[in-house]
Amino acid sequence: MTISFMHPALIMIVGALLLPLVRGPFRKPYMFLVPLLTFFDVIYLSQHPGTYGVFQFMNWELTFGRVDRLSMIFGFIMSLMAIIGTIYGMHEEDEWQHIAAWFYVAGSLGAIYAADFITLFLFWEMMAFASTFLIWARKDEESLAAGYRYILVHTFGGVVLLIGFVLRYQATGDLSFVHLNVQSPELYTWLIMIGLMLNAAVPPLHSWLPDAYSKATAIGAVFMCAFTTKTAVYTLIRSCAGFDVLIYLGIIMAIYGIIYAVMENDVRRLLGWEIVSQVGYMVAGVGIGTSLAINGACAHAFAHILYKGLLFMAAGAILTSTGRQKMTQLGGLYKKMPATLIFMLIGGLAVSGLPLMSGFISKSMIITAAFESHILWAGFALTFVSAGTFLAAGLRLPYLVFFGKNNCSEETWEKAKDPVWNMQLAMAIGGFLCIFLGCYTPFLYNMLPNTEVVFNPYNAYHLSETIQVMAFTAFGFFMLRKYVMPTNTICLDMDWFYRMGGRGFYWLVENPLQWFDTALSKFYKAVGINCLMTTSAFWSWFDWNGIDGVVDGTARCVRAIGRRISIVLQRGQIQQTIYYTVSFAAVLLIAYVFI
Amino acid sequence: MIVNLIDYLRDRLQTVVYCCYGVMAFIVIWSMSVDTSHAHTWAEKAIPGFWSLFGLCSCAIVIMVARWYGKSGIQAREDYYDN
Repeated sequence: MTISFMHPALIMIVGALLLPLVRGPFRKPYMFLVPLLTFFDVIYLSQHPGTYGVFQFMNWELTFGRVDRLSMIFGFIMSLMAIIGTIYGMHEEDEWQHIAAWFYVAGSLGAIYAADFITLFLFWEMMAFASTFLIWARKDEESLAAGYRYILVHTFGGVVLLIGFVLRYQATGDLSFVHLNVQSPELYTWLIMIGLMLNAAVPPLHSWLPDAYSKATAIGAVFMCAFTTKTAVYTLIRSCAGFDVLIYLGIIMAIYGIIYAVMENDVRRLLGWEIVSQVGYMVAGVGIGTSLAINGACAHAFAHILYKGLLFMAAGAILTSTGRQKMTQLGGLYKKMPATLIFMLIGGLAVSGLPLMSGFISKSMIITAAFESHILWAGFALTFVSAGTFLAAGLRLPYLVFFGKNNCSEETWEKAKDPVWNMQLAMAIGGFLCIFLGCYTPFLYNMLPNTEVVFNPYNAYHLSETIQVMAFTAFGFFMLRKYVMPTNTICLDMDWFYRMGGRGFYWLVENPLQWFDTALSKFYKAVGINCLMTTSAFWSWFDWNGIDGVVDGTARCVRAIGRRISIVLQRGQIQQTIYYTVSFAAVLLIAYVFI
Repeated sequence: MIVNLIDYLRDRLQTVVYCCYGVMAFIVIWSMSVDTSHAHTWAEKAIPGFWSLFGLCSCAIVIMVARWYGKSGIQAREDYYDN
């Protein structure tokens, strides 16, 4: 049976293009309908695995629709998040934000279903460009600069990826986006991996993430926190599973992110660092590469999109109502924003992996996979990070924003209130799913790509392990909380190199290069112009006297000869003229006949 | 409702703290009775309350490393990039 294939990304793109035409009372239902339709399309496709949308383009075969279990789970969560994110942003009048967000989702879905590198690259860049507009949509100077940094970094990543797959094409003649040979990696394997890693925010290519996500609009950040990094995790699973260097990078990433999260003052930067840390689990899972680890990475990406979306929605609610996102300007908000507090707590506890929450059933898969593969240090390191995660997102963040010392100015305090209904509805859906996934494990586990794996997180030992770690982390926070108070600082990171490097480049251009340029023009003025003037004066003289003299002289000569001839030959007597003409003609005739 | 509950608990902060200590003690004691056949290493079997200790140490290490790292120059003034 052939089934009709409608690419989910196409629905989002057409929906986005038609959005400006839909106005008034139709706008909100339309905005709900388009992502919903996409979601149903994804579900429909997942019932019919196979390969669709194959096109011949020049010598290459482009495949837009590879539907298998791996692309199914990622397609499912991405389109689900598109619904939640769109509901969250439904009140926003600025249609450009929605268009950018939908193009961004389309890019992500396109990359997920792509089965060759050209198609992947096309959608990969669509994601980067569309998401940049979600940063710029905030329309202040900082966001403009952050957007430029973001797009430059992603363009760099895109170019590395492009070089990688072009080299691979040259070496193997193959463009299909399949698992690479990670046992004996070639240069192109590394380049492809680095290109994908940049989007997954793996150190040292991670600084764009907290930088951009904290400067995006409230709605933009909700979309951004879900799509870029998790699409990158999907592509890493697809191409680099079992590449052991990813274990080390993932663990470094997880620890690095959590240390910065504990230092951070800006709420959304803190959440950005949390993403770096949590994606570290997934990257480590991809590196371990066993069936359980891959399932864990997929499950964690799925759960992560929901709870991180929820946390960013709560942070966005705070930003929208108070206009503030620094903890040194917030505090004690539970009285004004109780609903937001509940949602942020659910998100915070889910990311920390509290039993009965989504993080618990997904994170534990990766940790168990590390222990089962006898990479004990990785297992312990990831458990260590889960304590840190609870500290940063489950304790420090809600404590400093909703309890603790009230740092709000009078104006902030006045403005603080729970957000509009659609934002609360989106958070409620997110919150419900975080708890639902944790309580009813088959919902997520049945979607995982490796069906042969059996995993049960709810055994007594694992429960006791998690509860102990969390309880004593809370105790540690209670005792040491004065050391994690926010300060009016920013945390320097790898972006220092390109921000200051950029300035160094400016300095180089403005000082030594500018000096050289000025000196060169002075020299030119003093020497060059004079030389040129003298030379042209000479050539002008030469032209006048030499060339013109020769030409004029020739002309004068011809004229003089002509005059002489006319004096001798054309005297005005017709007989003589006829005589000369006939004689001349006779000479010519004789010459022609005899010679 | 939520606000009232939080205010109620805040007014009795000391009691809440004692309750938490009680819960922690219970968790540690319960952990000793749990079947350790799922344990990954010998240390977890040999040390009672291993994960409690692990959680506490992790938390302290994260806080102290972050503090040390921040003070070592990573935490810069907010207008660092502005001038």
